[in-house]
Amino acid sequence: MKQIIIVVCALTLFSQSAVAQQKTPPKAKPTTKKAATAAKPAAVSAATLTAGKAVYTQNCLTCHMADGGGVERMNPPLNGTTWVLGDKTRLVKVVLNGLEGEDIDGESYASVMPAFEALTDKQIADVLTYVRNSFGNKASGISAAEVKTIRASNKK
Amino acid sequence: MKKHFSRYLLLSTGLVGSLSLFALTSENKIVADPDNAGLKLPAGFGALKVAETGARTRHITVTPQGTIYVKLNRPNKEGKGILMLRETSGGKAEVVNGFSNYGGTGIYSVPGFLYASSDDAVYRYKLSPKGEVTNPTQPEKIITGLINRRQHESKSIAQDKAGNIYVNIGAYSNACQVKDRQKGSLGRPNCPILDSAGGIWQFRADKLNQTYGDGVRYATGLRNVVGLDWNAQSNQLFVMQHGRDQLHDNFPELYDTKQSAELPAECMYALKKGDNAGWPYIYYDNVQRKKMMAPEYGGDGKKEATGNFIDPAAAYPAHTAPNALLFYTGTMFPEKYRNGAFIAFHGSWNRAPEPQKGYYIAFQPFKDGKPSGEWEVFADNFAGAPDKAAAGRPDHKPCGLAQGPDGSLYVTDDKQGTIYRIVYAKK
Repeated sequence: MKQIIIVVCALTLFSQSAVAQQKTPPKAKPTTKKAATAAKPAAVSAATLTAGKAVYTQNCLTCHMADGGGVERMNPPLNGTTWVLGDKTRLVKVVLNGLEGEDIDGESYASVMPAFEALTDKQIADVLTYVRNSFGNKASGISAAEVKTIRASNKK
Repeated sequence: MKKHFSRYLLLSTGLVGSLSLFALTSENKIVADPDNAGLKLPAGFGALKVAETGARTRHITVTPQGTIYVKLNRPNKEGKGILMLRETSGGKAEVVNGFSNYGGTGIYSVPGFLYASSDDAVYRYKLSPKGEVTNPTQPEKIITGLINRRQHESKSIAQDKAGNIYVNIGAYSNACQVKDRQKGSLGRPNCPILDSAGGIWQFRADKLNQTYGDGVRYATGLRNVVGLDWNAQSNQLFVMQHGRDQLHDNFPELYDTKQSAELPAECMYALKKGDNAGWPYIYYDNVQRKKMMAPEYGGDGKKEATGNFIDPAAAYPAHTAPNALLFYTGTMFPEKYRNGAFIAFHGSWNRAPEPQKGYYIAFQPFKDGKPSGEWEVFADNFAGAPDKAAAGRPDHKPCGLAQGPDGSLYVTDDKQGTIYRIVYAKK
């Protein structure tokens, strides 16, 4: 229970500064020790989560399912995987380019993920922030500016 | 509440001089689990959990001696891709052996031989008169070099009575789009996938090292078939196609999420050599009961398909994933089941946001080798609860079917590795 309260407090405290933090991702790490152990990264605004959920429902839910758990051997889960919680650049590129033939945490998946480069920077930022903070996940948000930078370097 | 099923009476009529079989089984009674293994069954039927393998058990076969072989989707912790189980007591069985170092789906036995498939080859093992594999580490490679691009990779197998083996080679695509599963992407002209996949290939069952050039593309236009079986009455191959996904995701302006979840039927086809079932150019609309032009190839949800494509023999709810087909020829079950088809519906994922569906064994009545009358759910509740089914989070997913020598129906589950046995209590 205590941990949950700390998480909630941390989220509330940081929610107002979420936008500013997203613009400077390297500094997005929480500053207090309590927050660092309980809620690792920054808070995310409710508006971002709502917008992200809408993008998720339209584009991702069919395969990754409403609970983010994916489908055995077909479509990988989005909870508890380093692909979602780890390197943001790799994650953004998965959305921009799609993914095929990669083992995820030791499991192989049969389906192909199409590229979603047609989504805007903000849509991608919102949906990945939503995914990184849903289904039991807790990780820092991703800003539209970050997506824009990654998209620019993605074009060769 | 335990139900006892005497196999003595059932077997005595079918005993053709096999004294060892008689001695082995006559004192053994099949005991259904008090809760029928959690399944919902028609009156008079019972079920038990034969074994918990903890592995991804795909297809299954039972020899005339009652030895059970199951194919694992990938090798287990011991590195074995096929499990052999022998009956213990009460109708249960235990894993006594494992062999083969490859994962896959298909497994099929005929007197003297066991066939099993990886995702790119088919192997043959010799069976002793006791139904035991004599060359577990040195199988003969019957077919090799089949295409495997992860999607629709299962190479399910069946045989006819003339020494031919039929192999499904699934299409490595949803609808042969230029960009697979990409919103708005159109179909590739003259879909090139069909040259080497998206159909059933026929090979000889006794010839080694065959590949595409040695076989015949027996039927095409089949997106992915996991369940198939030979019907002895019509002397014809029947297959269950996994229908297309994502009408709404690909073309949201033409199909809403409900249409996407309900329209593209899972079809049973009765095949003749040279048949074309129409994938990727068509899908079968289960509401209008018509072949429709696929949106990737100019369809709009209203245009009927043109072209020389066969009609399905029967159609079932969209996305429910028929993974096994078995024509029942036993005498344990009541007369209405004889020569009819059991179909294992693995269960859907492509129906969201509509509730998911499937996770049951269906029965399709047949008459004179053709579907006759409405299908029904035969064994339900593999999911464990309705909300688990609706959420697409079932406890078990039925995947393989086999008929035991006494007429029992065996079912595999590739989620938890439970092997079920369904039996009928004579009154």
